[in-house]
Amino acid sequence: MQIAPPNYDRMFGALADATRRDIVRRAIGSDEGVAELAEHYPMSFAAVQKHVAILERAGMITKERIGRRKVVRTNLEALRIARGLLDQYEELWRGRISRMTALVAQDLREEDK
Amino acid sequence: MTVTDVRKDAETLTMTLDAEFEASPDRVWQLWADPRQLERWWGPPTYPATVTAHDLRSGGRVEYHMTGPGGDQSRGYWEIVEADAPHRLVFRDGFADADGRPNSDMPLNEVCVMINKISDEQTRMSIESKFPDAAAMEQVLAMGMEQGLREAVGQIDAILAGDVASTTGR
Repeated sequence: MQIAPPNYDRMFGALADATRRDIVRRAIGSDEGVAELAEHYPMSFAAVQKHVAILERAGMITKERIGRRKVVRTNLEALRIARGLLDQYEELWRGRISRMTALVAQDLREEDK
Repeated sequence: MTVTDVRKDAETLTMTLDAEFEASPDRVWQLWADPRQLERWWGPPTYPATVTAHDLRSGGRVEYHMTGPGGDQSRGYWEIVEADAPHRLVFRDGFADADGRPNSDMPLNEVCVMINKISDEQTRMSIESKFPDAAAMEQVLAMGMEQGLREAVGQIDAILAGDVASTTGR
């Protein structure tokens, strides 16, 4: 298993397409290869293969060999990391809003004095 | 909690957050317009912000630095795109080098703040923040925020505990 720092741009870029997001969703729990995945979409095998390649480069999915087949599997860790970035940004602002609230509440207390 | 809604869009790297305050729009505007107040909420307690220039007008600039627990400093600035007191503020948040010069190869984060009266005692503030790419967002988060966050939350809870009694009587 190769450990590399996550490339967020690649991750978000890979997830910025509806078909690719659907592939990521499907590949969480399924054992489908690229050919089987391609049957779900109204596009050519080559087009689906291209989407899978983009996801693979972004580290969002991996291809695992199971017997003679290669199945597409979602990299749950990568999915969590991509999500985590926006969550962290939300937390940053939640912290700021809490501090703002405390400041506003402070002048109410001072008025009461 | 005063945050009433948060929407995040991973495709456009946009976050929209709504918060409500028991105060007038003018009071909420002061949180941005008074540099001493801005310093008290922009950075978490472990990375406090010091505002060194503050011209909150269209075309104006705000300059600040944040000091970490080890004395390390990160410099940042806002380019004010629009300022319409007390309702609307649009700015681009960027980073600067040690001399205060904008780090132009670093993408900026655009923030739009809208402040509106809901009732006599309540004001809604909406923050819309947009990033040009994930690397920019990562950069903002790396500015000492994550570490300080947990501590900040603890301190805030302590501060707010004293105010809960006055706000839950509704």
